[in-house]
Amino acid sequence: MKSLKNHFSLIAALFTILFTLQIYQILNRTITSYEESLRANYSIVVIANSALEEAAVKSQFSLVRSLEEISPENVINRLEKEMDKTSLGLLRASLPKFYRLSLEHYPQPEEVDILRTQLENMKQIKRVESFSKTHDQIYKLLLLYKGITQVFAFAVFVVTLLLIVKEMRIWQFQHAERMNIMALFGAPVMLRSAVLFRLAIIDAILAVLFVLAAFGVIIGAGWAEPYFNEINIHVTLFDYAKDTFLHFAIALSLSVFLALMLIVNHKEEI
Amino acid sequence: MDKVITATDLTLAYNNNETIINQGNFSINSGEFVFITGASGSGKSTLLKSLYGAIAPKHGELAVGGVLMNEITNKKLNLLRRHVGIVFQDYKLIKEWTIEKNVMLPLIISGYAKDVSEVQVQKLLTHVKLNHQMGKYPLELSGGEQQRVAMARALAHNPIIILADEPTGNLDDYSAQVIWNLLEGACTQLNTTIVVVTHHIPETMKVEYKHLHIEYGSIYEVS
Repeated sequence: MKSLKNHFSLIAALFTILFTLQIYQILNRTITSYEESLRANYSIVVIANSALEEAAVKSQFSLVRSLEEISPENVINRLEKEMDKTSLGLLRASLPKFYRLSLEHYPQPEEVDILRTQLENMKQIKRVESFSKTHDQIYKLLLLYKGITQVFAFAVFVVTLLLIVKEMRIWQFQHAERMNIMALFGAPVMLRSAVLFRLAIIDAILAVLFVLAAFGVIIGAGWAEPYFNEINIHVTLFDYAKDTFLHFAIALSLSVFLALMLIVNHKEEI
Repeated sequence: MDKVITATDLTLAYNNNETIINQGNFSINSGEFVFITGASGSGKSTLLKSLYGAIAPKHGELAVGGVLMNEITNKKLNLLRRHVGIVFQDYKLIKEWTIEKNVMLPLIISGYAKDVSEVQVQKLLTHVKLNHQMGKYPLELSGGEQQRVAMARALAHNPIIILADEPTGNLDDYSAQVIWNLLEGACTQLNTTIVVVTHHIPETMKVEYKHLHIEYGSIYEVS
């Protein structure tokens, strides 16, 4: 019973690490997806005296994905009732060119500033509107969100790792006697430690299976979907191929590494 | 007769440099039954430990089964231990293993096939009259029974030497006699060298034996 309890402790500790890792992955994917959605919606408006060539602008600024002219016709059409044709013609001729500039990724505020200055330095460009205030706020919020998540995940990882080390020390006491007795009869280190490795591997596999089951329940219950739909993004909560592999790799490496540490630190005491 | 153990000017000391055995000289022949006696703390168990490589000689030379123990590598020590059977006062059985598996341990380590090991274990447990208990765990047995299991384990791989550290120290007279009979049997029938650390040599001993006594760090042969 006691041994089962200790077994469970390692599984629980590994489960916590893997679960936290997956939560961190989901948050990261959410942020990336949200960034992508922001990028798609974010653009800089450029007002130019003469026509701009998209290819020329793109070759000059690597951050620029596309340059699309904004037609002033909608605004001019609204004035048709108030102005005569000659005035409208003059207005049309005197209006500058408006462009929507889309970017390759959601930019950092510094990138926006640099791009803005460089664009303003171009002779044809009259004005650049980057909506920097709104952009800065959203970007800083995202960064804060990311930072908090990282700190939280790191803290959980450290605490759980300490728990695992403690757990392994208990194992060391439990297995020391058997390992010593086996050593007395000439068992090589690998044979003496076989049980430790077996337990470490079994616990790692069980921990991954529990994480899979937990996310199976979460995905099946559909708790997260409405929230993602509300902010119009799609996030994969658990990629059964990629994430399972990652979890197995982490759980196995951690438990086998800790078992190795126990073996290295083991001293024969008979 | 072949010498199985030879000690020349053997000095044993722990890390704090306190000398336990000082320049001891003795030799043990193949198939010999040897008692090591001495007062508590005289160094009997330390000497026995040096014979299975748990403590290395500080000075002098110690050879066991033709292997010099002074700077023995782990690999060589493991190989040597596969030819040695050890019995302790506190049995040192693996509690979470069945009696059968405990006895099988030296055979597993030496790489015997499973069917061969099973036959050997069955034979030994019958010999120590515990074949009906083979599925049980050590803590389900009495002290005497546990020591018989330890004896069966020590004999399992047909060792050239059996080292026993006060093997009857925790046992009643009857169980102690069973253990002495098993040790004598191993010596006479299998020609196994037996080295026993004890406080008292039993009066019922039927085999000829050598008696080494330790006093103030010196080893004397008592004739």
